[in-house]
Amino acid sequence: MKAPAFAYAKPSSLAAAFDLLANPDAKALAGGQSLIPSLNMRLSSPELLVDITGLPGLAEIKVLDDVVRIGALVTHARLEQSPEIKKHVPLLAQAVPHVAHAAIRNRGTIGGSLALADPAAEYPACAVALDAVFIIKNKTAERRVKAEQFFKGLFETDLKPGELLIAVEFPIAAKSDRAVFLELTRRHGDYAIIGLAMHNERFVFLGAGDRPKLFLFQKDLQKAKEGLKAGLNPPADLYNSSATKRHLAGVLLERAWNTNTTSR
Amino acid sequence: MGKAELPLHAPGTKVDRGYIGQSVPRPNAKRLLQGRGTYVDDLKLPRLAHVVFYRSPHAHAKIKRLEFSAALKLTGVIGVFSGKDVAEYCTPWVGVLAHLKGIKSPPQHAVAIDRACWQGEAVAAVVAETRARAEDALALIEVEWEELPAVIDMEDSLAGKKIIHNEFSDNICFRREHDTGGVDEAFAAADVVVEETFDFGRHTGVCLEMRSILADYNAAEHSLTVYHSTQAPHMMQDIFSRHLGIPEASVRVIARDVGGSFGIKVHVYPDEMATAALSVMLRRPVKFVADRLESFATDIHAREHKAKVRLACTKAGEILAFDLDDLTGIGPYSVYPRTSGIEGNQVVNLTGGPYKHQKYRAKLNVVFTNKNVTCQYRAVGHPIAVALTEGIVDKAAAKIGMDPAEFRRKNLIPDDAYPYTFPSGVKFEKLSHHKCLDLLLEKMQYEQIRLEQIQLRKKGIYRGIGLAAMIEVTNPSPAFYGVGGARISAQDGATLRLEPTGMVTVMCSVTEQGQGTEGIFAQIAASAVGVSLEKIKVITGDTGVTPYGGGTWASRGAGIGGEAVLLSGRALRANILEIASKILNVDKDTLDIESNTVVSKLTQEKKLLLEELGRVAYFRPDTLPMDFQAELTVTRHYTPRQYGFTFTNGIQASLVEVDTDTGFVKLLKHWCVEDSGTVINPMLVDEQLRGGVVQGIGAALFEECLYSPEGQLLNGNMADYLVPMSGEMPDIICAHVETPTMQSQLGAKGVGEAGTAGAPGAVMNAINDALAPLNARVTAMPFTPERILKALGRV
Repeated sequence: MKAPAFAYAKPSSLAAAFDLLANPDAKALAGGQSLIPSLNMRLSSPELLVDITGLPGLAEIKVLDDVVRIGALVTHARLEQSPEIKKHVPLLAQAVPHVAHAAIRNRGTIGGSLALADPAAEYPACAVALDAVFIIKNKTAERRVKAEQFFKGLFETDLKPGELLIAVEFPIAAKSDRAVFLELTRRHGDYAIIGLAMHNERFVFLGAGDRPKLFLFQKDLQKAKEGLKAGLNPPADLYNSSATKRHLAGVLLERAWNTNTTSR
Repeated sequence: MGKAELPLHAPGTKVDRGYIGQSVPRPNAKRLLQGRGTYVDDLKLPRLAHVVFYRSPHAHAKIKRLEFSAALKLTGVIGVFSGKDVAEYCTPWVGVLAHLKGIKSPPQHAVAIDRACWQGEAVAAVVAETRARAEDALALIEVEWEELPAVIDMEDSLAGKKIIHNEFSDNICFRREHDTGGVDEAFAAADVVVEETFDFGRHTGVCLEMRSILADYNAAEHSLTVYHSTQAPHMMQDIFSRHLGIPEASVRVIARDVGGSFGIKVHVYPDEMATAALSVMLRRPVKFVADRLESFATDIHAREHKAKVRLACTKAGEILAFDLDDLTGIGPYSVYPRTSGIEGNQVVNLTGGPYKHQKYRAKLNVVFTNKNVTCQYRAVGHPIAVALTEGIVDKAAAKIGMDPAEFRRKNLIPDDAYPYTFPSGVKFEKLSHHKCLDLLLEKMQYEQIRLEQIQLRKKGIYRGIGLAAMIEVTNPSPAFYGVGGARISAQDGATLRLEPTGMVTVMCSVTEQGQGTEGIFAQIAASAVGVSLEKIKVITGDTGVTPYGGGTWASRGAGIGGEAVLLSGRALRANILEIASKILNVDKDTLDIESNTVVSKLTQEKKLLLEELGRVAYFRPDTLPMDFQAELTVTRHYTPRQYGFTFTNGIQASLVEVDTDTGFVKLLKHWCVEDSGTVINPMLVDEQLRGGVVQGIGAALFEECLYSPEGQLLNGNMADYLVPMSGEMPDIICAHVETPTMQSQLGAKGVGEAGTAGAPGAVMNAINDALAPLNARVTAMPFTPERILKALGRV
């Protein structure tokens, strides 16, 4: 398990990074928690790794008027320890401890996780539940994309060649907001069999399809359960059939519904 | 009489036993924690080449064509070799033993020739200047395959519609039938008969350090030095010698630090043999380190049994008979040299083992399949035998409405019944089932948690308590392998040398795998000689240095290696006193050794420092009598032979809570009471038990090598194959009963496998106890949430 040969560059400015990423066989490297294993297993063989961890300004958590802006290079560990995240984006704060293990949380980044778009990962579901906005740049322009539009499929996003995810903006939670994050893993830190990021009436399931699966449920639990039954068709995994996952999704739905966790 | 000459296991002894029985930290811990261990992959030799293997993507396929030309053109590639090329340097082997009557297996080559029999079997080898370059070349090898029918399911294999090896008329590697007679009569006369079929998933031991070997052939002297992550250096020395055609004494196997083994590293692996053969062929050092993906596909797997068991008992709860039918699938070859028949054989030997019934019948079928090979992994056969025994015992207790602890108390072999011959033919020297049961129930506050269980059920909380009594094979005599023709040593030796400064070097043939063997040898040696612990230096794992011996397996390190160290230490002490008597000109019977000093036995007055004695013996022997020669290096060996095995016994308990909505099992607590004879280092013994319990919990809840119907391993990586992790583990409470074996002076019976043996059965019984009020029951390990939900009818 040795990576094939590749070139490596660590630019110190966004402009330099974009120049390097113009190479179609280049890949951006952040925390490396998914990319490096895929290189070692020879599932991926980019010509050039552009290490973006030296870029300035991408590792900040900023509390603005209505949103918390999280730079793409902020690590899971920093999110976990951040009082601002705990206070203003409680759903994310609940989700972070479920992300893998401490060693991975020390290096892995929020931008890396979102840009990879693993449908079993925690952040994509949180981003959709919270209606987060993704800030994307290329060499010449910046654009903003809503979470629901960002995730296009299995490991597939709205990011185009030459673009980088720069930051994500999460709305600051109101006092009346309710947020619950639940997931079922046989071992802590594994990818969830099924998980749920709930924000008010927005119920987003992870591990339930090719991308985060959003349901809008109001008031009636029974109706919500029926809606879930009709609308959720999760793919089977090695240990769980689709029916088992659907059953477990229903359990999480009911538990989230009955959880009194509020935003503050 | 010096301290260590006192009978160390004297019942009720109050004397200080030196370091025996003390939780002293192991001497190698600091070095390993500072990252200064030396594992095979840390070694760098001049002209070192790296080998990787092209592995079959098919479960069963004929190799029609191998094309190496593109790979050979790559810079840095030294050579690419087929099975035929390697076979010129390494003869094939057959994994059979004479005492497993009728066992058969075809010849196996280091690199497959003509045909691959499981997904992952090596069919070509690439040697290059670096591992990365060798992997680059792998991608350039072209293989044309013709897929052959694959036999994946063991029941299909037994049915024999498709035969894996054309030279045989069926797929049966080994069968055994055992019958005391009178079983049918016992069942006919019984008030109660219970029956169950248990399934055990195929799993594997996951070592932190993967299989690693660096073979360094020296053409000038036709000698081979092998740095090997192995449990059995002398066994491997013999095998390299015979299969590569190098005189035994010219093969040196060195096992420096080994990062876990669990039975994985005690077998002959084709890719490791190929590495040694390639070193001979290329006349340069060659290294192979299995990567994690290769480890899952090629490290031996274990278990995979389907066992039907029946139990007959009276209304009053007396067990009358056991009837067993076990089927196990072992892959396409019986593994060399220990064979893949041993696990099933152990299941036959051990089923029903703690109980006093007299009628027993067992049938075993060991069949070939086109999956990776299986062989001996920690607690060989025990987890199967214990789980199916304890599972059916619980079912019987429930059927007659008796508390499971009470049912066991009624049936466990009485503590005063020894020596005892169990109906399977195995003999027990002295066990302590009832003492262990009593201690367990007291430790876990059994009555109280039963009451809590009832209270919680009213609130919809389903807790379960599971018990598992067990016996464990340890310290095997030559009856285990040697009588079957395997060149695997049942004896071990220890050499002790007093150094001129009064230090003692210990060289022992039992190896250190990270479990602390060297630590207990230091304790035993220091106690036996009379020196302090820091004076001891232990060397293991080098056939060029230590006495000949079997190494580490079957919980034999303390019981056999430890006894050899003790005997050697006592002999050295006697020799030291002999020299002291010459120097001091007194009768040696008046002398003793205490804290690195020769003292007067009567007054404890200090007479002579060992460093002074060493100085005289080594540098001024001219001052000693003309006819006297000091002997400060001694070697002693030990072979257990009065019994086939030293048996240990114990009992475990598991407390779980089942979430009936999700099928998740929460492990709340686990207890293990074990009688491993003399406890040398309580801390290490407890950690062996706990580590073993965790591996047993892995079998019960997490671990399974999943294969597709086509024979593709589906979860061969650390993300998908679930090893148990600390976050999910319960507190594991250990307690001990000490019944030393009288076969040895030390009295240690061994402890490496007890935890693994009993935990799966205990957890299974706990889950089924929790599910009992819901009329649900699970019998197929691992107990995944889905399996539990299905049992509950929720999905």
